[in-house]
Amino acid sequence: MYEHLISSYIVGFIVLNVLLGLMAYMTWFERKVLARFQDRLGPTRTGPFGLLQPIADGVKLLSKEDIIPANADRLIFLVAPLISFVLAPLGAAVIPFGRSITLFGYNVDLYVTDLNIAALYVLALGSIGVYGIILGGYASGNRYSLLGALRSAAQVVSYEVVLGLSLVGVFILSGSLSLLQIVNEQSQSLSFGGLQVPNWYILSQPLAFALFLVAAVAETNRSPFDLPEAETELIGGFHTEYSGFRFSFFFLAEYINMIVVSLFASTLFLGGIDGPIADGVWWLVIKALIFLFFYVWLRATLPRFRYDQLMGLAWKVLMPLVFLNIALTGLIRLFGIGAI
Amino acid sequence: MLVDYGVIGLMLLSAVLMGSMLLGLGLLVRLRNPTPAKLQPYESGVPDVDPPKGRYNPRFYVVAILFVVFDIEAIFLFPWAVAFGVLGLYGYIEAMAFISILVLGLLYEWKKGALEWV
Repeated sequence: MYEHLISSYIVGFIVLNVLLGLMAYMTWFERKVLARFQDRLGPTRTGPFGLLQPIADGVKLLSKEDIIPANADRLIFLVAPLISFVLAPLGAAVIPFGRSITLFGYNVDLYVTDLNIAALYVLALGSIGVYGIILGGYASGNRYSLLGALRSAAQVVSYEVVLGLSLVGVFILSGSLSLLQIVNEQSQSLSFGGLQVPNWYILSQPLAFALFLVAAVAETNRSPFDLPEAETELIGGFHTEYSGFRFSFFFLAEYINMIVVSLFASTLFLGGIDGPIADGVWWLVIKALIFLFFYVWLRATLPRFRYDQLMGLAWKVLMPLVFLNIALTGLIRLFGIGAI
Repeated sequence: MLVDYGVIGLMLLSAVLMGSMLLGLGLLVRLRNPTPAKLQPYESGVPDVDPPKGRYNPRFYVVAILFVVFDIEAIFLFPWAVAFGVLGLYGYIEAMAFISILVLGLLYEWKKGALEWV
């Protein structure tokens, strides 16, 4: 039992560190891709292709003064960025990066843990993570920060419901909330008149996938839903008063959240580690990279929503569609293809 | 069971340690030179006139109330979705009855203007 705990923890520690490294290079990736969209070169001076840019940024932020405003709620102000940062990578604990392998005579699972409520756990972490933003904005003692925090709370809360309900269709098909089980279900291939098709849920749940994608972008406060940090109207929103490394913690959290959501989406809808040949973590990486590119693409293409449009989209457009998806999925499961 | 969740606890601890270490590392190299002007809240150069934690829009409360209703609905639907194969048609009809009551509620809120954000 303890052996199992130790091997799981070692995998968990590796996942944690890889995520931190990836997150640093996600900033590089975003700057490079965004630059290309805007007909620029992006970072080129630090190392080949500007590859050392994240390290230079880190060192710079580390040496910046940590300003605590005079009328800030001191303790909460200091702790809030840490809450965002600490909770962000934990979602990756339930993502299956592979099945079991035998290493030095031990049986090692290539996932940290396989909870039977894994999907619910990821959703729950997503909503706890917003506490960092709300507390940070509230504790700054600045009008803009407070407004940014409130907007963030209302936005995350609205899209949270859509995010959760859009997955109900997937769970009807998979019959389980465990991500490992969901991947296993998707690994079986269906055949339509001799044509072999993977049982990926993007094919059987296209509406749920679209809804999930929109809600996930909103959940991670990314453009075009980045109203909590709208520079043009809120001068930064919840992180207006933050400086130095505490400021960067909010950004690290945002990038880690993007990576975790991409992994989660690839696992739920694109079969995770399942691929045409040689199942493995590389398929998951390719799929997650597609989602990460999509994030940057959105940022380069779409203007920001207005606040009433944002709330209207969640409650008046996505919400009815989500219920429609649940009703249709249930009907098809009962009477259509793959009936019980 | 305990192992499954215990390892998440350990990861949480490691993440807290890493974060604190990064902040501690910064403490060694960064400047500390606060001046009264620097510690003022940022207001685009305009002096602060009234307290920042004043009033805010009550619409945020409406959104919070709506959220509680629909998030609980999501929690109720998860077990139904997982047990869909066992519950079959009877379960489907019951869940649809439950959903339609909430959809009626949503339509009522829509009609009453609770979803308008002007």
